[in-house]
Amino acid sequence: MTLYKTLNEANAAVVAQIKLARPHLVDVKPAHECIAALREGHALLHAGPPIAWPEMTGPMQGAVLGASLFEGWAKSAAEAEALAAGGQIRFLPCHDNSAVGPMGGITSPHMPVLVVKNSVQGNVAYCNLNEGIGKVMRFGAFEGEVQTRLAWMRDVLGPVLSEALGRLAGGVDLSTLMAQAITMGDEFHQRNIAASALLLRALAPEIAGSGEGLIQQREVLSFLARTEQFFLNVAMAYCKCAMDAGATVEAGSIVTAMTRNGRDFAIRVSGLGKRWFTAPVNTPVGLFFTGYSQDDANPDIGDSAITETLGIGAAAMIAAPGVTRFVGAGGFADALEISEEMREIFIDSNPLLQIPTWDFQAACLGLDVRRVVETGITPLINTGIAHRKAGIGQVGAGTVRAPLGCFEKALEALAEQQGVTA
Amino acid sequence: MLHAVLINGSFQDSVTLMLVSRDLSALPQVNRVSVMMGTPANKDVFRETGMWHAALAAATPNDLCIVVDSENGDPQVAGAMAEQVKSRLAELARGGRKAAYPLARSWRRARELLPSANIALISLAGHYVYEPARQALSDGCHVMIFSDNVSLEHELALKTLARDKGLLMMGPDCGTAIINKAPLAFANRIPAGAIAVVGASGTGLQEVTSQIARLGGGITHAIGLGGRDLSERIGGISALTALDMVARDAASRVITFVSKPPAAAVKERILKALNDIGKPVVALFVGERVVQRNVGNVHFTQTLDETAALAVELACIDAHLATLPSVANTRICGLYCGGTLAAEAAFLLAEHLGVKADAAHVDGFMLHEGGHRIIDLGDDRYTRGRPHPMIDPAARNEMIARLAEDPAVGVLLLDIVLGYGGHADPAGEVAKAVAELRAARGEQAPIVVIATLTGTADDPQDRAGQASKLEEAGILIAESVRSALLLAGRAIAAPAARAGAPSALLSSAPAIINIGLRGFADDLLANGVSVVHEQWEPAASGNARMASLLAQLN
Repeated sequence: MTLYKTLNEANAAVVAQIKLARPHLVDVKPAHECIAALREGHALLHAGPPIAWPEMTGPMQGAVLGASLFEGWAKSAAEAEALAAGGQIRFLPCHDNSAVGPMGGITSPHMPVLVVKNSVQGNVAYCNLNEGIGKVMRFGAFEGEVQTRLAWMRDVLGPVLSEALGRLAGGVDLSTLMAQAITMGDEFHQRNIAASALLLRALAPEIAGSGEGLIQQREVLSFLARTEQFFLNVAMAYCKCAMDAGATVEAGSIVTAMTRNGRDFAIRVSGLGKRWFTAPVNTPVGLFFTGYSQDDANPDIGDSAITETLGIGAAAMIAAPGVTRFVGAGGFADALEISEEMREIFIDSNPLLQIPTWDFQAACLGLDVRRVVETGITPLINTGIAHRKAGIGQVGAGTVRAPLGCFEKALEALAEQQGVTA
Repeated sequence: MLHAVLINGSFQDSVTLMLVSRDLSALPQVNRVSVMMGTPANKDVFRETGMWHAALAAATPNDLCIVVDSENGDPQVAGAMAEQVKSRLAELARGGRKAAYPLARSWRRARELLPSANIALISLAGHYVYEPARQALSDGCHVMIFSDNVSLEHELALKTLARDKGLLMMGPDCGTAIINKAPLAFANRIPAGAIAVVGASGTGLQEVTSQIARLGGGITHAIGLGGRDLSERIGGISALTALDMVARDAASRVITFVSKPPAAAVKERILKALNDIGKPVVALFVGERVVQRNVGNVHFTQTLDETAALAVELACIDAHLATLPSVANTRICGLYCGGTLAAEAAFLLAEHLGVKADAAHVDGFMLHEGGHRIIDLGDDRYTRGRPHPMIDPAARNEMIARLAEDPAVGVLLLDIVLGYGGHADPAGEVAKAVAELRAARGEQAPIVVIATLTGTADDPQDRAGQASKLEEAGILIAESVRSALLLAGRAIAAPAARAGAPSALLSSAPAIINIGLRGFADDLLANGVSVVHEQWEPAASGNARMASLLAQLN
């Protein structure tokens, strides 16, 4: 481990590592094959910092029930609930297992996960596969079509993608794909239409030539074609992979993870190891599907804020004028103001991701705890909004602010580590 | 000859790099510059285009490859080009903004958005001013503080810091400044000219600069100091910095200083600084009675309008003198027909030289000091047995001719008195005598001749005709004896030579970070000045503990 004279020097090293990272999508495999912790007993990964069953909010509990049914640990929702409440399931944060998961982030042993490998530093990150929109497990729905889809993803989607990726030497270079997609209006959190299409373009020839039957090939192509947010999970694994590369510096004040479990918002900091610094989450505000309102919104949840940690998502709002209204961010000028504001709390920019609508300025890179506390500007996060009750699913989309408290706690810890007192 | 430089781990997209390649290839010191990422495909392009260099062999797709084709064999060419590439990329990354000025939430971001920023204009509530002002000064920016209610301790600390860093701090409580046409806070639109105005008086500056404009003059800069700068405690720190800057500013030919009367000890320092400038200075200490109107290069005035008028006059004189051969360090000789004109000339010259006029008037000498002399040719000594020189110019013509033997005299002062009873063509006579004198002295000993013309357009000699005869003879016409002496005094003054490079503040285009009142940024923008507005908030939103930790965590 290198010793750095100052936090600034350490931060420059962290940012340099993140810039060096070249995450590639190399495979899709059952989670238990990748993540050792899922191989023993009943274990599930979840979003955010550690949380016990009783504290989980509706969407995460719903997803736990869904995963238990999917794994065959329970025959009914009631049985599954008893299992969880009875302490029969180990709950582990995705982040502690090189993984991330959107919303509830619930990942069970036999769900397929994306395998994203950094071709430079060599580290790997995982994320489950996007199920599409509507009644989906990540938002807490768990019965009927949810189960059907999960089984299909396990039995068809996963194997087909694995085989297709296997034919592409080195997998798919996500850096160049995202560099293109950001010029096409994606910010990779709320909008992934371009990146999803570009990924489909890269995979389609290999899927078409796979050993699976024509019906399966058609199902997979059709699913990828209509699942506009398919790339969100890829982007999350990409960001996790890049941020983990930065975290290896083990010094500095750069935020390497931001995540929420529905109760707490938590961050990790490059110089403060695996400690979580937490504060109660805020509740997103935004636009709601017909029939739902702000009152139905679950508090902030999910690992997807890893995108904002890298400097995309809301930080790159200006790249995606198409969705600014949908997330309630107003028009173009407001999107510009948001990105300009976020620029204040990042120390560098990401030469890979140039944003045409920002006059080709590069996306933000290197979120500095000190800058957040100094300016009082907390990261803005683009997010889907889950219904607060288990079983209903997504009800809208919007934005939410990270709470200042977790950054202040991290600053206190940095001060203590540096031997600085107020 | 080909040179190559690799910048490791610096990914850029190809479009950006094509833009950079194109721009750099246009530079005169190179034939061609090719900038690409070191991918296998790009390496092939380098080969195919005759730009291959052995250093490229080691390049990875993450390395930025710069190959320079130049006649110059010096490998530093490539290094210089790499620096150009970096700065060009930084420029592209920043992006251009044309619509309005950018907004920032921190000093750091404001600097990023306006790297050329050289002045912070601060108009926050007084008790917030210290920290942002300190930050700006620490970062090498000059500061203008519009706000009042800044403590004396803070003012002194900031001004001391500014002085130590060679920076100017205008204010606190500085309402007005104009730096290179950029209006800072309250300011008027004043044409460009040769006068620099420095003042510890906001409306004083506005009034003087406006009067200068009304009189057809213009300014280089108007530098405000703030009401307390000349107090005993502050000691005129900013005044001294400002005076040093305008002294070194070649465009500022005349300096005007306006303030309320300074503390005694400070006044001494200021007067010394004004004297040291060497350039003509007009100084007004508002409310203080002027005892001596002129000490060397410094002219003291009593009122704002008088200050502006004199500054404009001195600027005109300066422009005029620049067209004449130099007579610096020579002596003044005044040959007057009129006794009272001679007396006034003698009084003014004595004041300028810091001596007493001659009381005895022996042989018509109204003043005779260090080779300078003012002579009344109407004195009995010259009229004994001869007509008065207003009637017969012969006696004065002889004395003019004798100056051929006296090359130490570089300025000749004359009076032409028209009217009934006088010579029919006094200007013609003088013109002839001066032409003969100049011929006799030759180009090695130039002489500046300044005449006053007493009379009206209706006088029998025709004033306009007389004036044109003087002008044709290369004789300057002064509007008054006072003007004539002002001109003479400037003509013999040693040229101001101030060591040191000109201050960047006054010689470069201003770029402003505006902190506080948004309207000031609007005005700057409207005047075509580069400006960023910083929406300032106290660090850590005023959380003292967090602010303290932040200050120590670098």
